[in-house]
Formats: sequence, C-alpha cells, structure tokens
Amino acid sequence: MSDAWTAVRGHPARFLASAWPWRSLAYLTSTVPVGLAWLIVLLVVVSVGAATVVLIAGLLVLAGVPVLVHLAAAGERRRLRLIYPGRPARQPPAPRDPAHRRAFWPRRRASWPEAGVTVLLTTVFWIADAVLLILLTVPVLLLVAPLLVRSGTIDIAGWRVDTAGEAWAVAPAGLVTLVLLMYAATALACGQAALVRHLLDPPEAQLAEAVQQLRRSRTGLVDAFETERRRIERDLHDGVQQRLVALTMTLGSAELDLPAGPGLDLVREAHQQAEQALADLRTTIRGIHPRVLTDHGLAAAVHEIAGRSSVPVHLQLAVDGRLPPTVEAAAYFFVSENLTNVARHARARSAQVHAWIEDHTLIVSVVDDGVGGADPRAGTGLAGLHARLDALDGELDITSPTGGPTQVRMTCPIH
Amino acid sequence: MPDPLTPPQNALRIVVAEDAALLREGLVRILERAGHEVVAAVADAHALLTYAGNCHPDLVITDIRMPPTHTDEGLRAAAAIRAAQPDIAIMLLSAYVADAYVGELLDSTPGGGIGYLLKDRVGHVRDFLDSIDRVAAGGTVVDAEVVRQLVRLRRADGPLAGLTEREREVLALMAEGHTNHGIAGKLFVSEAAVRKHIGNIFAKLPLDPHSDRRVSAVLTYLRGSPSA
Repeated sequence: MSDAWTAVRGHPARFLASAWPWRSLAYLTSTVPVGLAWLIVLLVVVSVGAATVVLIAGLLVLAGVPVLVHLAAAGERRRLRLIYPGRPARQPPAPRDPAHRRAFWPRRRASWPEAGVTVLLTTVFWIADAVLLILLTVPVLLLVAPLLVRSGTIDIAGWRVDTAGEAWAVAPAGLVTLVLLMYAATALACGQAALVRHLLDPPEAQLAEAVQQLRRSRTGLVDAFETERRRIERDLHDGVQQRLVALTMTLGSAELDLPAGPGLDLVREAHQQAEQALADLRTTIRGIHPRVLTDHGLAAAVHEIAGRSSVPVHLQLAVDGRLPPTVEAAAYFFVSENLTNVARHARARSAQVHAWIEDHTLIVSVVDDGVGGADPRAGTGLAGLHARLDALDGELDITSPTGGPTQVRMTCPIH
Repeated sequence: MPDPLTPPQNALRIVVAEDAALLREGLVRILERAGHEVVAAVADAHALLTYAGNCHPDLVITDIRMPPTHTDEGLRAAAAIRAAQPDIAIMLLSAYVADAYVGELLDSTPGGGIGYLLKDRVGHVRDFLDSIDRVAAGGTVVDAEVVRQLVRLRRADGPLAGLTEREREVLALMAEGHTNHGIAGKLFVSEAAVRKHIGNIFAKLPLDPHSDRRVSAVLTYLRGSPSA
C-alpha cells in the first residue's frame, strides 16, 4: 500500500482488489455529511452574528467563526489519513515562540489556507462528491436488475427494463460502469485530498516528508548498488573465472604432452599468463564483492582478509549469524581497507579487529600498534567508506595520534 | 617423478562432483588421461551421494560449493560419505580459503585420506595428480595457500606460539603432506635436520600420546584457531 494515485495508474486488477477504491469511497461519502454540517453551522452562526451585529453580542458570535474554521480544518486533516495512511493524525507541533506555548488556548485562530479548505469543503467538495455517489447508484441498480425485475418494471436513468432477458443484458453494462466510476471516485478523492494537503501542510511538514522520502530512496539505492555488485561478481565468477581455470587445466595437460623444446616453453609461458590473469581477476572480484562474504557472512570473510594480511591480525568477532547484506558489505570493506592501510602506512607489528553487536548496532574496530598520524582525509578508500556508512546511517571515526596507536571504528545500525 | 601419462600402478576409481560443466569436463579429462577411471561425473551433492554409495569408488573429488544453496553442500556430502564408507578417500576443492572448512574437514577424520585444495591448483596438473595419489594412499593434503593463511592467523597466539619460524615452516610442510625427505628438499636442509625440528615440534606441542604424533601435530596446527 504505497499511495492511492500510484495504485490508480497501476494494474487494473490489482487496483480494484486493493483497499484504495474503498478508502476513496469512504473519503467521498464522509465528505457529504461533514461538508453539509459545516455549511449549516457556519451559515447559522454568520447569520445570527450578522443579525445581531448592532448589539455587541453579534460581534462576539462572529469572533467564533475563525475557531470553527480551524476546527473544520483539523477535521479535514484527520480525514486525510484515509488517502494518505502514513500521515500523522495531528499537525506536527512546529517550533513557535514561547508566548504561544504558554497560552491556555494554544492556537485556535484559523489561517487563510484553513479558511480556503473550509470554503471548499462547504461548497464544491460535498456537492461534487454527492453527485458522484448518486451516479454510483446507476451501476449498482444495473447489477441487481435481474433481482429487481421479478417484482415489476424498473426505470434506470430513463431506461426501461421489464423482462428478465433485458435485465441480464444490462448487468454487464452495470459492471463496466461500476469499474469506471470506481476509477473516477478514486481520482476525485485523490484530487481533493491532494488539494487539502497542499493547503494545510505547513512548509516544515512538507520538508520533513521530503526528507523521509529521500532517506528511503537513498537506502533503496544502497541496496540496489549492493545487489548489482553481487550480480557482477556472480557473472565474473561463474563465467570468466571458470573459463580461465579450464584454460589453465588445458594448458597444464598440454605441458605433460609436449616434448621439451620451444613449443613446451611457449605453452608454459601461456600457462603462467593464464594464471596471472586468474589472480588479477580474483583480486578484482574481491574488490567488488567477495564470494566468501556472500556464502558465509562477515566472520568468515574477515578471517579470509586477516589470513591474507602481511601484518599478523588478532580477531575477536562476536557476530553470529547473518546480517543485512549492505551492512555485511560495509563492514567487510571497512576491515579490508583498514588492514590494507595498516600494512602500507602504519609500520605496525600487529593489528586487532573486534566486531560485536550492541543495541541493534554493529560495531567494528581496527586497532594497530603502528606509528599513528593517519590522516582521515587522505585516500579515496576511507572517503568511499564514509559515504557508504553515511547512507546506512552509520558512522566512522579515526583516532590516530602521532606515535600511535591508530584506532578506526565504525558503527552501523542493523534495521 | 613418475610420468603421469603412463597408466599408474594404482589406477583409481573416482567419482567427480562439480557443478560448473567446464571444470567438471576438464577434471574428467585430466583424470582419465592419467589412467584413472572416472566412474561418475555429477553436478550436485545428491547425485554424489548416490554414486558414492552405489559405485564404492576409491576416491571422491568434490567441489565444496554446489547447488542448491551454494555454501557447503560438497563438504556435507563428504562428511556423510566419510560416516557411511570411511575407507573412501576424499579430495575437496574450493574456490576460496574459508578456514571454517578446515576444522570441519579434520573433524571428519579418521578414515581414508583427505585433501583440501584450491581450484586453481588443478591447473598444475602434475601436482594435482600427485596430491590425488597421496590422498588415495591415505595421506592428508592441505593446500599451500590455505596453510599459509592459517599460519598468519595463528602465529600470534594458540599452541603454535612457542615454535620457532623454522619449526613452523616444517610443520606447514607436514600439513601439506610432504615426507621428511620432501621437506628437506624444500627447505634445502638435511633430513637429519628435519627430524630434529620435528622432534622439537613434538616436544613443544600438547599432543595426544595415543595417536600418531605426526598426524596429531598437523591437526593441532590446523585446528588451533584463536577464534574458532
């Protein structure tokens, strides 16, 4: 259930089976009595006020109108949730000056947009919705015509149906009309709700919603990015890499067949080149998304990095089971990048990698006993990690005083 | 070194399990050219279990990672074969080093020979065939790269901390399945020196006195993961 307007544009069967037509109908149906009621209340108040305006009482009565308008708008805000289910029921408390907060009657003055909504509600909206609801009775009558015709002739929008055969013939027409009107009803409800929302939502709320939307799409992008990397890795692994291994096997067999001589030397050279290509490919794959991470998760993959490191690494990994793939990948590349840095720059004798989970957050730290003085801004590797963690709402910090030790730490929430 | 193209004295009956068709065909070709008999070449663990049960081969060569989950089907199938028919030698192939495998692998001993090689090794046809012979003869062969990574991980703590650099080298070569003679050749020292190093290793490691000390030392070495 994303939103009604997306559903309208989607697959018809899915739309009709969804809750949206019913929510829209509920919205339209409730608009009629609500709009009518407010129209009557406001007309009464205004006319009483106008009639008694020569007395002071009339002014007091008229002063109540903005309060009523505000209440009407608050009601509309609540009803919006039928079309936008994710919305908060109340207006988010915007930071205002303290004088207002201390007031006993916090904020009962209507704004101009609220007045606009109330005018629309009491005039255009309920009338339009009532017309649509009346039109909706036509397809319903057509559909039940086969039942009604038993008890006599029926008249539908100037159309006379008096035999059972005719009644069965018009029923399909009723179905088609019903579907069309469902679309019309949803479109009307969406249009009204969008207009009301646009008028009522303060700019901050619209911003907050946009930020929420952005955050969702950013997480989605990171997911898509990681999925794509895994796909590329799989293609390389199942395709090129298998072929290269097969090639080295063929060349290896050829070496056994050939007599010593220039031919054998060339085949040996080709074999070495193929192995070099395989090694290069393996390094590339490791940088994209290592297979051991996909298959066995973070702990196994970190073991593998530590095993390849030229500096001895102590591991303490309290991470059982699997984590979300994006988090695993971020943590893997964090460890990989930092151990590479340790080997390259730190002149360290050993390094330690700790990983544990606390309050639904993965924490990984890499500490070395090297010379320190690492510059967090140096190198694109750490910057890339920073961006990756940022997108996952994680954090990265480095402490590296001159003389060491260097500690790099990442935290990443596990959703 | 024997010429692998003449049929070996001990032609083996082998079942091969590998899901990548190219590699499976390559393996079969290499093995058959070396004079072995490939009784079945299959693409998944289920078929491997069936053929290993029915054909009773001398040796099973299996990829660790196979469908459907692509994690450790081959390893689990190997463990099942080991439990049912302990005399069948097993050679595991892996695309990468995952040291969790080594522990599981060694827990499945005793029984026939066992080996763990990286797939790249198959291209070194002569060495690969040699490893197969050693495993079929009851030996343990662990890939040099796997051993190298384990040494790095285990240097700092664990039972190996007391060993000298040279003793660790000797132990690593023992784990790869080399004889004293082979180790002496690799390290350019005399066999007597190798025996002396091995004696020191046995003295320093907490070994089970009731089992073969050489095997026990290798197991201590391979198992002693500080994080396992």
